[in-house]
Amino acid sequence: MDITFDHVSYTYQPNSPFEHHALKDLSFQFSSGSFVAVIGHTGSGKSTLIQHLNGLVQPTEGAVSIGSYHLQAGKKNKKLRELREKVGVVFQYPEHQLFEETVEKDIAFGPSNFGVGEEDIKQRTKEAISAVHLSEDMLQRSPFDLSGGQMRRVAIAGVLAMDPDVLVLDEPTAGLDPRGQKEIMDMFARLHKQKQLTTVLVTHSMEDALNYADHVIILKDGEVYKEGAPLEIFKEKEALQSVQLDVPEVIEFLGEVERTLDEKISYQGQSIAELAKELAQVVKGGRDHE
Amino acid sequence: MSSSMMIGQYIPAGSFIHKLDPRTKIAIIFFFVVIVFFANSVMSYGLLTLFAVGSAFATKIRVRYILKGLKPVWFLIAFTFLLHLFVTREGEVIATVFGWELYREALIQGSTISLRFFLLIMVTSLLTLTTTPIEITDAIEQLLGPFKRFRFPAHELALMMSISLRFIPTLMQETEKISKAQASRGVDFRTGSFKDRIKAVIPLLVPLFVSAFKRAEELAMAMEARGYKGGEGRTKLRELHIGWKDYVVYGLFILLMAGLFLTRN
Ligand SMILES: Nc1ncnc2c1ncn2[C@@H]1O[C@H](COP(=O)(O)OP(=O)(O)OP(=O)(O)O)[C@@H](O)[C@H]1O
Ligand SMILES: [Mg+2]
Repeated sequence: MDITFDHVSYTYQPNSPFEHHALKDLSFQFSSGSFVAVIGHTGSGKSTLIQHLNGLVQPTEGAVSIGSYHLQAGKKNKKLRELREKVGVVFQYPEHQLFEETVEKDIAFGPSNFGVGEEDIKQRTKEAISAVHLSEDMLQRSPFDLSGGQMRRVAIAGVLAMDPDVLVLDEPTAGLDPRGQKEIMDMFARLHKQKQLTTVLVTHSMEDALNYADHVIILKDGEVYKEGAPLEIFKEKEALQSVQLDVPEVIEFLGEVERTLDEKISYQGQSIAELAKELAQVVKGGRDHE
Repeated sequence: MSSSMMIGQYIPAGSFIHKLDPRTKIAIIFFFVVIVFFANSVMSYGLLTLFAVGSAFATKIRVRYILKGLKPVWFLIAFTFLLHLFVTREGEVIATVFGWELYREALIQGSTISLRFFLLIMVTSLLTLTTTPIEITDAIEQLLGPFKRFRFPAHELALMMSISLRFIPTLMQETEKISKAQASRGVDFRTGSFKDRIKAVIPLLVPLFVSAFKRAEELAMAMEARGYKGGEGRTKLRELHIGWKDYVVYGLFILLMAGLFLTRN
């Protein structure tokens, strides 16, 4: 689904001494099927932004469109339920939302609320649990007996089982071990392709933004600070550092190579090790010429 | 939840009243609550109202905001007033509307009782508006200190209070977060039959309880790890101190009491 923000502002506790302008006049759009990364310093409004995507909050000013659904300041949307069925949100620390007796019931909670048939739910539960790399034996256990990482995976499975068209992820891998992080991110990337999802990822990891997203939005104090293709965005080291963000290691490495060896290597998602090999080749090749 | 406010939530404004010793504020409010019941003439009520409104202005908090904070109570005040109009049947009839008779006493009683009610709520909400919860608990611990002799657990009580107060905002945030997460999974807290709505609360309550217990356990462990072992011999980080401002306020209050007794019938 195409997503459009049109001059969106959001204020927490308006007209009180605690009034806080979390989003200020945001405008951007991205088309169906994009993988968008939203990055920004802590408190810049990322979580507030994504809550607009399934109508959890309503813009104080401006309008948001998600496919054929419209959220406009001051207007009630009567089709929130439909919208929420289509937009799955994995919150920051989603493991806090678990409550059922068994993992299976918790994963089934979302789809059954949206009236999915029983057989269908069974099928989806199985798919979801294997997508998050947990074994089916887990299904009968209590979610409260699991480790933090396992709970996170169950919570994510609960959102996947809703089979949404838009997947919104608020730092889904924060606090997981490095291997778990990669596993989960690769899984999201695979689903994104397989099911032609529109994915919005909030992340503090510049590496993830670079590796998975095709569009990056940087927020600063509730405003769009920069927006564009990841490779373009991450070239601007000073601009990033002025909002307390780092350049991904790989990009830094390539920049260094270009500066010291005057060699340009184009980046296509290689790891540092792969780049090192490529570089070795280039350097050797260079010697051969002499 | 985020857009509504709690009654009397602390608002820093750095006024004279904010800087008073919390014990002074509690004592004054205690005596104010007592003397409100001694007022019985227009003048005496006028004096008390003047005191309450004057204090409200002295807090430097916008009056509109203070009144808005009393919103849930306005209803009760209005209700009290109306109840008296209908129930009290004393004195002469001063008006008749569609066969219903308005008694003189009913009007007087209705207005005085709602005015008292308003004054009490207004003054107590000024306490919480201008005093941090921590200051209030410190003050209560001190004020109850003398009863420790009779094995009254003043310190423990204060500790319990400050812990609960500390976690109210946390719990509210958590409630908001979890209800948003469950709403995203298709729970509808707002519509549906009564039974549906009760059922919708379970996915909210279970995670809340789980996290509250977890938090309590972690807090207990953290306190133990840092050597907490009760109030015995414990010193204070924030010492309470009665200064000249407090004496000024006591002086004003004594004047108010004198004025009240002079203007009583
Ligand atoms: N319920 C709320 N009430 C009042 N202010 C809020 C509320 N939630 C967030 N804010 C404020 O809005 C701003 C943006 O918050 P938000 O949660 O969107 O930040 P974020 O970019 O997601 O940060 P993080 O990276 O730490 O998750 C913050 O300054 C925060 O203090
Ligand atoms: Mg956030």
